[in-house]
Amino acid sequence: MAWTRQILRVNLTDGTCIAEPLNMDWANQYLGQRGLATRYLVDEIDPKCDALGPHNKMIMATGPLTGTMASTGGRYSVITKSPLTGGVACSNSGGFFGAELKSAGWDMIIFEGVSPRPVYLNIVNEVATLEDASEIWGKTCWETEELLHVAHQEPQMRIASVGRSAEAGCLFSAIVNDLHRAAGRSGVGTVMASKNLKAVSVRGTLGVGNIKDPVRFMESVTAGKKVLAENAVTGEGLPALGTQVLMNVINEVGAMPTRNMQEVQFEGAHKISGEAMLEPRASDGKPNLTRNGGCFACTISCGRISTVDRQHFSVKDKPQYWGNSGGLEYEAAWALGSDTGVDDLDALTYVNFICNEDGMDPITFGATVAAAMELYEAGSITKQQTDGVELKFGSAEALCWAVEQSAVSAGFGADLNLGSKRLCEKYGRPEMSMTVKGQEFPAYDPRGIQGMGLAYATSNRGACHLRGYTVSAEVLGVPEKMDPLATEGKAGLVKAFQDATAAVDSAGLCVFTTFAWTLDDISPQIDSACDGDWSPERLVEVGERIWQLERDFNMKAGLTGADDTLPDRLLKDAAKSGPAKGKVCELGNMLPEYYQLRGWTPDGSLTPETRSKFGLPA
Amino acid sequence: MIYVVVGSGPAGVVATEQLRKLDPLANITLIGAEPEPPYSRMAIPYYLTSKIDESGTYLRKQASHFENYKVDVVRQRVTSIDTELNRLITDDGQVRRYDKLLIATGASPVVPPVPGIDSPGVHNCWTLADAREIVKLAKPGASVVLMGAGFIGCIILESLALREVNLTVVEMENRMVPRMMNDVSGNMIKSWCEQKGVDVHTSTRADSIEQLSGGKLRVSLSTGQSIDADLVISATGVAPNMDFAADSGLQIDQGIVVNDYLQTSDADIYAAGDVCQGKDFNTGEYAVQAIQPTAVEHAKVAATNMVRGHRTEHVGNVNMNVLDTLGLVSASFGMWMGVPGGDSTELVNEDEHKYLSLQFQDDILVGASSLGLTQHVGVLRGLIQSKTRLGAWKEKLMKDPMRIMEAYLACSQSQVGVA
Amino acid sequence: MQKSLNIDPAKCTGCLQCEMACSLENEGIFNTSKSRIKVFTFHEEGKFVPYTCTQCDEAWCMHACPVDAIVVNAATGSKDVVADLCVGCKVCTIACPFGTVNYNADSGKVVKCDLCGGDPQCVAACPTDAITYVDANATGLDKMRQWAGKTDTTVGG
Repeated sequence: MAWTRQILRVNLTDGTCIAEPLNMDWANQYLGQRGLATRYLVDEIDPKCDALGPHNKMIMATGPLTGTMASTGGRYSVITKSPLTGGVACSNSGGFFGAELKSAGWDMIIFEGVSPRPVYLNIVNEVATLEDASEIWGKTCWETEELLHVAHQEPQMRIASVGRSAEAGCLFSAIVNDLHRAAGRSGVGTVMASKNLKAVSVRGTLGVGNIKDPVRFMESVTAGKKVLAENAVTGEGLPALGTQVLMNVINEVGAMPTRNMQEVQFEGAHKISGEAMLEPRASDGKPNLTRNGGCFACTISCGRISTVDRQHFSVKDKPQYWGNSGGLEYEAAWALGSDTGVDDLDALTYVNFICNEDGMDPITFGATVAAAMELYEAGSITKQQTDGVELKFGSAEALCWAVEQSAVSAGFGADLNLGSKRLCEKYGRPEMSMTVKGQEFPAYDPRGIQGMGLAYATSNRGACHLRGYTVSAEVLGVPEKMDPLATEGKAGLVKAFQDATAAVDSAGLCVFTTFAWTLDDISPQIDSACDGDWSPERLVEVGERIWQLERDFNMKAGLTGADDTLPDRLLKDAAKSGPAKGKVCELGNMLPEYYQLRGWTPDGSLTPETRSKFGLPA
Repeated sequence: MIYVVVGSGPAGVVATEQLRKLDPLANITLIGAEPEPPYSRMAIPYYLTSKIDESGTYLRKQASHFENYKVDVVRQRVTSIDTELNRLITDDGQVRRYDKLLIATGASPVVPPVPGIDSPGVHNCWTLADAREIVKLAKPGASVVLMGAGFIGCIILESLALREVNLTVVEMENRMVPRMMNDVSGNMIKSWCEQKGVDVHTSTRADSIEQLSGGKLRVSLSTGQSIDADLVISATGVAPNMDFAADSGLQIDQGIVVNDYLQTSDADIYAAGDVCQGKDFNTGEYAVQAIQPTAVEHAKVAATNMVRGHRTEHVGNVNMNVLDTLGLVSASFGMWMGVPGGDSTELVNEDEHKYLSLQFQDDILVGASSLGLTQHVGVLRGLIQSKTRLGAWKEKLMKDPMRIMEAYLACSQSQVGVA
Repeated sequence: MQKSLNIDPAKCTGCLQCEMACSLENEGIFNTSKSRIKVFTFHEEGKFVPYTCTQCDEAWCMHACPVDAIVVNAATGSKDVVADLCVGCKVCTIACPFGTVNYNADSGKVVKCDLCGGDPQCVAACPTDAITYVDANATGLDKMRQWAGKTDTTVGG
C-alpha cells in the first residue's frame, strides 16, 4: 500500500482526463516516482520521438512515501524525454505540490498529446478538468500562482507552472511549484509548455493512508527523524547554512569550477557563501538570509528564504522584488556566481528570484552565461549580439541583464535559451560548452573530485550531481572518507551511489537525507508503509533496475557509450591551483571498470544477460 | 430573590444558568410553552434527516441538568404580565410573582395571507411538533412545496432532499436567502439548488392553496403555474412572541424594546433573544436579530444585570448567520451589504459556487459574506468585532480577500510579528 | 497547573509535521486539510505561523453551541467537541472570533483542537520546538487572551 493505486491520464489533444489503476506489477519492480514513471514512459513513447513534439509524454509522479510523515516525504518528479539531452529527463522537486497531488488521490499524472490551445489542469481530489489558460498564458510562474489562487478562491491550492521562458521555447525551462521549488533540470518545463499546458493546480483533501503497518511506520519515521536531527550535516549544517554550507568547503578542496570551468577555485567564494548570507548588510543591517524553510514533511529544512538589498541596482526601482523569496542554494550560487566570476550576493539572489519567477534552471542558465562570457572575451560574440552590453566575467550588471533577456527570450536571451552546447556550436566554439550529453555541469569540478567525473559522464540525464553524489564520500566522508583525487574504487562508489539514489528518489524522499540515513534507516520506512518486501538489499536491486532502464531508454534514443564523456577541458587542461593542481579528470581509469560492474559491453551497451537479469522490457 | 425566565429556548436556558452562577441562593423558575424538555430549533433540520433523534435536539443533555441548577421548569404558556404587582399568569390560571423577570419567548412563524394556508397538509417548520408532521408526510416521491427560501427554508432543504421528495421552492424575493445574501450570491445558491434537482421559483408568490380530493393540495403561483403537492411547508419568516405582553404597558416596537442593559421599559423586566429588539454592533441601532449567538449573549448580559445591577453594558451583537443549503455553506456577517462611503471587494466563481465579499469602512472590516468557505470563517467576526485596523493588509485583501486569515494573524496577533 | 500550547513562530520552518501528526491522531490518516493546527505562510515576510485554538476562557464556541456538544475537559481545560452530539450546524464556526473551529464536510461535524487529551501530537512531531506544551502562565497565551477580551461583548462585571 501507501500508493493510491490510481493514475490520471490526461490527453491534451482530446481534452480528456481519465483515471486508471496503477500497474502494481511495475510498482513492485520500480517502487514509485522516478523508477515507476520511467517504466511507464519506456512503455508508452518512442525513444526517438521529438521531445517537443506530440508523441513525447510528460509524467508527474509521486512516490509511496510522498504525502506521509516520513521526513522529506513530499517530493515528486517530472519524467519525460529531454529536449536538452535527447535522453530521459527526470527532475525532482520538493515544496508542497507533490504531497497535495498524492492527497488528492493520485500516484501520477501522465500527460500526452498537445492541447490545441493553452490550458491548465485543475484537480480537486477525484475531479480533474482542463481549463482555459488564456488568462495566465504569458504570465510568470509567480503571477500564475496568484491568479489561480484568486480564481479558485482556494489559498491551500498548490500549483506547478511554467514561466514565460518555457512558452518561448527556452530549452532549459523548469516547472516551478510553490513559488520557489522547481523540477529544474533537463528542460522539463519546455516539454510542458510545448504541450500548451501552462499549469497544474491541485487541492487534495483525501489524505494519504493505506499504510501497511501504521505502528511500525511511525516508529521508523520517528527513529529516522531522530537520526537526521542528531547528524551534523542534516541537523546543523543544512538548517543553518543550507546547501550553501558547501561553498567554502568545495572551494578549499579545489573543486570549485570557476569562469566556465577554466579554473578550480574562486577568489570571491567567501562573498557568496552560506556564511556570507548571514552577514548583516551595510545598507539596512539585515542579512541576506531571513530564515530557513522546509519542504513538506522535511525535518532538515535546508531551504533558504532571502531578500535582496533594496538599494541594490538590480531591484532599486522594482519594489515587487523587495520581499522574501527562495534564496540561493549552492548549485545556483555556484552557477550564477563562481562560474560567471560574479561575487555580488545581491545580484545572484536577484537572478535566482528571476529564475524562479520565469522558470529557468539556474544551473544551466548560469553555466550558459559563463560560456557566453567566454565566447565574448574570445571575440566570438560581440556587442552587436549583446546590444552593447559588456558580457564579461565578473560583471553583475551583465548577469542581471542576461536573466531578464532570458526570462522573455528577448534579443540575445533567445541565444542563451539554447543552452551552452547549442550556443557554442552556433558561435563556432563547441569546445567552450561545459556539458555532458548537452546538459551543463553543476558545482563540483571533476579534476578535484574524481568520482564526480565518472558520475557526470555516466549520468542518465547528462551532467548532474544528483544521480550519484560521491562528494558525500570524497569530501564529506559519508559513509566513509575516500581520497577525492584517487580513481581507485570510484567505479564501485559511483555505481553504489547511483543505485541507492534511484531508490531514494523513487520512494518520494529527498536525497539529502542520505547525508545521515543509510538504506538501513530508509528501508524500514518503506517496508512498513508498502506491500511487499523492501529490505535494503531489495532497494539496491530496485535502484539498479531503474538505472538500467534509464540507460536502456537512452541507448534506444540514440545515445551511445561515446556520449559517456567529459569536455576536453576537464580531461586535458590541468587544474591551476589548490590541492588538485596539475590534475585532470582521469575518466579513462574509471569508465571501463564501471561498464563491467554495470554488466555492459566495452562500448557501453547493455548485454542480453543484464537485460534479462533485471527483467527489462524488450 | 425570585427570578422568572419566560421562554425555554437557548436564551432562557443560558439565562437560568447565568443567574444561578451569580446568585446561588435565588429562586429561579423557567417557564416554557412547549411540552418537550428545552430543545434547540437549530437542531430540527438534523432531526428531519434522522441524524439525531428528538433527544439530540435538547439544549442540555443531562436529564438532571435543571435539577442540578435548582431551576424549576414549568411547562405552561404565559398569558399576561402584571407589571404593577410584579406577577404573571400562565395558561393554567396560576399566578406567579417575580422580583426580576426575563422575557425570552422567542419568535413564531408568520402566517402569510394566502387563501387556504390553514388547509390540512400545510405546516410550518418551527417546533418539534411541526417536524413530526413533516416526517409523516415527506415520504420518498412525495411532492413538497416549500414557501419561502429564507434561512429556515434553506436549512431544511437538505433534509427534504434526503427524504427523496420532489421539491419546489417558492420565494417572493429575486434570490434565495435575501436577508443574508446579495443578488450575486443569493442566485448562486439558487443555481446550486437547481443543479441538485430542486425546482426554484424566485420573484414568485403563492396566490392560493386549494384542497383537492385525495388529500393533495394545489398551490397556484403568481406566474400562472400550479403545483399539486402532498405537503406544503410555510417558512416565510418569523415574528417575536409578544402578544402576552400587549396589555402590560411594556414598550414594544419590532420586538420588545430594551436599553443598553437589556432592560425593558419596566425596571424589573429584561428581554433577550429573538423577542428582544437589542442593539446591533455595527449600526448602533436596535433591531431583532433572531440568531442563536445573539440570543445566548443577550441572556448572559441580561442575567448578569438582573443580579448585579447595571454594570455590564450590552455593546451590541454582530448580526451573523451560517447556513448549509444542500451542502453549500454560506455565511454572512455584520454589514454584508456594505456601508455608504466604504470600500468593498468581491470574488465570484460561479462554476465552483464560491463567493467571498468583504466590506470595509476605512481600513476596518465591517461586513462579509461567503459561499463555500468553511475554514477559519470565524475570523471574519473577530475582525469586525475587534474593529482591528488592517493598515497595509486592507490593500492585500482588496486584491485577494481569501487572505483574510493571514490579515487577521498579521494585524491582531502581535507576537506573530508580520504586521 | 494547567498546561497550554506555546507557539513560537520564529522557530517554525513550515514543514507541516504538526499538521500531519494532528490529522493522524484525530483522523487516522496523513491529511493536512483535516488538521486542527494550521501553519500559515507569510511568503513576502519570510515567516511561518502555526495557529490553533488557545482554549480561551470565553469559550465562544461552547456558549454558541445549541446542542451542548462542546464541553470543558476538566483535566486539560480544553474545550472539546463531543462528536456524537454535534449536529453540524456550524454556529460555533462563526461564533469563534479566532477562526479555530472548522467544519468538516466529510463527517458533517465541526472539529477543533482538544490538546489530544493532554499529549498534543503536534508538539511531539515538531522538529524545531516551535510548538511546546508548557505551564499556561509561561506562554504568550495571555496576550492572545487580551485580544480575545477586545471582542468580548458580554463580560464587563
